[in-house]
Amino acid sequence: MMILLHNCSRLLQLFLHQGYQTLKIGAVFGCLAMFFATLPAYAAADLDVNTPAVAAVKASMQSRHLQLLPHYQSGAVGLTADGFVAVKEAGLVPLSQRSALTALVKDENADRARLYQGMAAANGHPEWEGEIQRTFAQRWVDKAQAGWFVQRDGQWVRK
Amino acid sequence: MRTGLLVLSATGLSACVTINIYFPAAAAEKAADKVIDEIWQVPAGQSPASSRHSAPTATPVTPSATPVTPTVNPESVP
Repeated sequence: MMILLHNCSRLLQLFLHQGYQTLKIGAVFGCLAMFFATLPAYAAADLDVNTPAVAAVKASMQSRHLQLLPHYQSGAVGLTADGFVAVKEAGLVPLSQRSALTALVKDENADRARLYQGMAAANGHPEWEGEIQRTFAQRWVDKAQAGWFVQRDGQWVRK
Repeated sequence: MRTGLLVLSATGLSACVTINIYFPAAAAEKAADKVIDEIWQVPAGQSPASSRHSAPTATPVTPSATPVTPTVNPESVP
């Protein structure tokens, strides 16, 4: 009986020791893995990329901005809460120019969608598109000039 | 038992990798600011009337962009 108990405790000791060693190895490997796993994450943390696709979209949006600017200022076009633009008050534009305005807004939104998608893809994380779009939505609104209309909680607000 | 623990640690490792691929919100904000500034910046010399804060960069360009003075000269110069 005594021998059995002794054997038992010896076995337990061995088990614990073995477990401790394995845990130690596991901890070391875990730390190493975490270190290497965070490296690419930090390397990828620079979202400012300029692939040809993103550069083309930016150039297109930049030249369109001159056409959109008077409409932002008049309030005909506003910045939506989801990172796009929308015709807010079509009545401010002469009837003859309304279809051109609609096309302008449509083209701008297509470019914006391409921009969000392109930036996510360029970073190797297409699944970030939604987050990038949300970030942009916030920044467009924050950076909008005084007098422009922005959407907040479903309401148009003049900055 | 050893293999069991190895499997466990392997699962832990993969968990570490999954957790660490997060969305870099601060970097995204910085990138967004840069892109927006690029897009909304009025190209120099195109419409100086609507540019407010880019006045210093626009001034060196405007003299060359406005060919008003040369047109007056032919009147006085023979």
